[in-house]
Amino acid sequence: MADKIISFTLNGEPVQVAVGPFEMLVDVLREKLHLTGTKKGCGAGECGACTIIIDGVAITSCLYPAFRAEGKNVQTIEGVETDKGLHPLQESFIEKGAVQCGFCTPGMIMSAKALLDENKSPTSAEVREAVGGNICRCTGYVKIEDAVMDAAKKLRTAAVRGEKL
Amino acid sequence: MVQDIFFPNSVDEALDFLCSHNEKARIIAGGTDIILELQAGKKACDYLVDISRIPHLNEITEENGFIRIGANVTHTQVATSALIQKHAPGLAAASRAVGSLQIRNYATVMGNIMSANPAADAATALSPLGAFVEIVDKDGTKRVPLAETYAGICKSSVNSCCQMATHVYFPVKVAGEGSAYSRMDQRKALALPMLCAAVKVRLEGNTFENVCITAAPLGAGPQHLTEAEAFLTGAEVTPENIAEAARLAKAQASFRSSPIRGSKEYRSGVLPVFVSRALLAAVDHARSN
Repeated sequence: MADKIISFTLNGEPVQVAVGPFEMLVDVLREKLHLTGTKKGCGAGECGACTIIIDGVAITSCLYPAFRAEGKNVQTIEGVETDKGLHPLQESFIEKGAVQCGFCTPGMIMSAKALLDENKSPTSAEVREAVGGNICRCTGYVKIEDAVMDAAKKLRTAAVRGEKL
Repeated sequence: MVQDIFFPNSVDEALDFLCSHNEKARIIAGGTDIILELQAGKKACDYLVDISRIPHLNEITEENGFIRIGANVTHTQVATSALIQKHAPGLAAASRAVGSLQIRNYATVMGNIMSANPAADAATALSPLGAFVEIVDKDGTKRVPLAETYAGICKSSVNSCCQMATHVYFPVKVAGEGSAYSRMDQRKALALPMLCAAVKVRLEGNTFENVCITAAPLGAGPQHLTEAEAFLTGAEVTPENIAEAARLAKAQASFRSSPIRGSKEYRSGVLPVFVSRALLAAVDHARSN
């Protein structure tokens, strides 16, 4: 059972890493690439804590074989902040009190980012569907929804002003 | 223990690999079911044949009077497909209810069928539509009615170590036809249905010319509620007839009690509601353009 080197784009940068055939991407990100922002809550696709974005769509990385990441564009929570600072989603999560213990937060933000990257005017129902696969034990979800809607508003305002965030 | 993952570029390459590995290799598409089963030791293989890179299997097309869904088509694709929403809105709704958005983004409709889970959403929604699955193996290609893909509870008649299901087909909707799906769930996401019902109707004016009503989990696969079907065939489309059909569905359906999915009494009690909802939605679809 030999490891293979896989190459993919990670948060905008090319990366190469040796992975085993049955290694899931969450474990490669955390254990081999030392990006522990992506959390492993259940390992069974049932909590969303391991959510990352691959080629623009949110997926649960605990059930995604790392071999399949070859050639893909992968975004993790570590890549959400930019040189300009926190992403509006991160700012809104803080401002709106949508973070308590923080364990679900990276996954929540990735699910929300996948939505807002495609749709900066989501309805409440669309926000709930986007984060419907992310379980939070602490907040009761209301402030999370508020934060996503608030971030959407920030992104729309920036777009109208021609600002790149 | 999985020793390697092979990424074929064609169905032929996938089959060649399966056939040359003596049942020690197995197909993986999305993988959201099979990875869990392999990790739990419920299934085993030395090699995975990952079909995600085979071209054209990720397409939903209309051809020769059928809608064709490839083996790599995800639940998200089906849920958002204008073609599916036109011809089988119940299937779009069913796919939209699977797991979570993250799971739907890479789990496949074909995987939902191959899991042979008694209440798999997409498979149940397909069951009244006259759907069939195209299966390829070393002997060639055959088409199998969806109902015949169930060999037992969570046991598919398709052997993914030597066969590959490439497409699922169902006839296009014609004027007067409608279909729908309804589901009882504990949560809005991350839950298999407690029960589900799927309906296809063909109306002639205000009469049910033909009716298919299936529900799950009532056996290895979705079961036809034949008494309700027979009652409605030829009957007028009225609330009273729909209510009577729902009552007949309840009388015929036999749930088992499950500590997770609900008692037989509760599921039996609410089944008529979901059958009614599906019938009404299917009638609406039939009357729409």
